[in-house]
Amino acid sequence: MTHSVIKLPASTDDHRIARLAAFAIGLSLAEAALPSPLPGVKPGLANIITLLVLQRFGWRAAAWVSLLRVVAGSLLLGTFLSPGFILSFSGGLLSLLVLGAACRLPANFFGPVSHSILAAFAHIAAQLGVVYFWLIPHAGVLYLAPVFATAALLFGIVNGLIAARLLEEPVHEQLAPALK
Amino acid sequence: MNPGLRMGDWLTVLAGMILVIYLFTSLWGGSKGISLIIRSGGKIVTETDLTRNHDFEISGPLGTTLITVENRRVRVTRDPSPRQYCVKQGWLSRAGESALCLPNQVSVELIGADRAYDSLSY
Repeated sequence: MTHSVIKLPASTDDHRIARLAAFAIGLSLAEAALPSPLPGVKPGLANIITLLVLQRFGWRAAAWVSLLRVVAGSLLLGTFLSPGFILSFSGGLLSLLVLGAACRLPANFFGPVSHSILAAFAHIAAQLGVVYFWLIPHAGVLYLAPVFATAALLFGIVNGLIAARLLEEPVHEQLAPALK
Repeated sequence: MNPGLRMGDWLTVLAGMILVIYLFTSLWGGSKGISLIIRSGGKIVTETDLTRNHDFEISGPLGTTLITVENRRVRVTRDPSPRQYCVKQGWLSRAGESALCLPNQVSVELIGADRAYDSLSY
């Protein structure tokens, strides 16, 4: 009897994306345990990874890491295909598009902090859009927009600063294999 | 200072702050109420503006509801309804705000310069 073996060749790029996505998934799982004052107000720590990947390996890799994080993270949290998943997915998608545009801004003026703030606003804008047009078509949803925008600005700055700080440091030895 | 912040980053932070302030003022500011409509049993009893301080006594199936206009605000001062929700709402001053007294079937609604979307009839 012969065993049929399906072998999927994985390049070093694939391995790297998988490792980085695993970091991001870990962060979003840790964050899911944090209590939140309002559904939707979250620090979005996993986005730090997206920002790092965007700077080091470009937009394509960042898109892979971000979307893998959303899908695999939702599988682990048991929210796959739930409204919550659709919200993170749409948020992730729009912030990736905005990041794609933002990383074309002149790099000596606009750093990770700008990218992070723009992505955070895009994230919450997409989510509010989905909530308003699909889940709860009620003007009351927009009433919360200022709160979400404040959180986006705040966490956008913080995440951006963390990413900028990490990008300055030489690659840590323990992380080196993941970033190779 | 932190070298992670570049010139454009400060601009982005500033733009973000302006956006947040704009959202707060436009979505939370709300417009002042200009006139009020008092209904009893669904029919308009009185329509007047908020400039004149005045008390309105509206009779409903349970008794008389007293509505007071004072300093461009309005409130239900007295009402025979058992739960007193409309009285507990206190002063109303923004366009679109309303107090509904049940089961006495008396309501007061504030109207602004442009009529706000009525989500109750969505």
